[in-house]
Amino acid sequence: MNSIGENCNELKKQYDSCFLTWFSEKFLKGETNDEMCAPFFKVYQQCVKKAIQEHHIDLKVIEQDHLGTENENKVPPKS
Amino acid sequence: MVKYFENSTVFHFSWEQVAQGFWKRYPNPHSNHVLSEDTVIREVRENKLYTKRLLTKTNRVPKWGERFVSSRTVKIVEESVVDPKEKVLVTYTRNIGYVRVMSVVEKVIYRVSEENRNWTVAHRSAWIDSQVFGFGRPIQAFGLERFRKNCQKMVNGFNYVLSGMFPNISHGDSTALQPPQSKKEALKDAAKKATDLAKSKAGPIYASCQPNQT
Repeated sequence: MNSIGENCNELKKQYDSCFLTWFSEKFLKGETNDEMCAPFFKVYQQCVKKAIQEHHIDLKVIEQDHLGTENENKVPPKS
Repeated sequence: MVKYFENSTVFHFSWEQVAQGFWKRYPNPHSNHVLSEDTVIREVRENKLYTKRLLTKTNRVPKWGERFVSSRTVKIVEESVVDPKEKVLVTYTRNIGYVRVMSVVEKVIYRVSEENRNWTVAHRSAWIDSQVFGFGRPIQAFGLERFRKNCQKMVNGFNYVLSGMFPNISHGDSTALQPPQSKKEALKDAAKKATDLAKSKAGPIYASCQPNQT
């Protein structure tokens, strides 16, 4: 899948590939240390955050927590 | 005026397979509307994986909405938490921008099926809201239609990806939890539901996801 920043596609691909390996072979098996892909994540992040700014999207709005906070929508009572 | 919808779908794949497939859902033949996908935040806290992704999708605006929304793409934030110990994956998506015109929030909880430990149940909730005065009914109708379509796309697309990733096991099509019905019945059913929906003022609406419908 493409990145929002065209120039981030290659970095995203490298990171995604590392992450998927880590997720399947480490994380799902109980190994929670995520150092393995950190270098890939760092460079990809720098690229994508710049691209997000270029698209005039407020990074703070993306970073805001909703799930598991009072911002999360509630299921209405069964009627 | 918030409308709430919910349903459940069974995937004939294990929870671990679904959790892995979740990250590879796009692209698939049912996701032409998804333009980009980026991981913005990711961290492990208390043995759970927290992720925030930014998705951009094409924005199909209903006729009545065109005067409020000029953007041709919609930006969506997807938060997720993976708990590998409890085997729960929760996703929560919301659009950013134009939230007063229409806000669509979807939460999906993927758990191991109680019926079959090798299957996964996805329970989906959706909230559709608009603060545009006087557009309650079109928003309800649009919301229900959108919910059904998205649900169908999610199920078909996700199954496509999962079958590609885990091809060696024979899987039937994933089934919605509703009994099978003929197309005619389904249409009649859909019409009735739309009528009921228009009548109902509050409370959850159990909207079936119909993967066999076009």
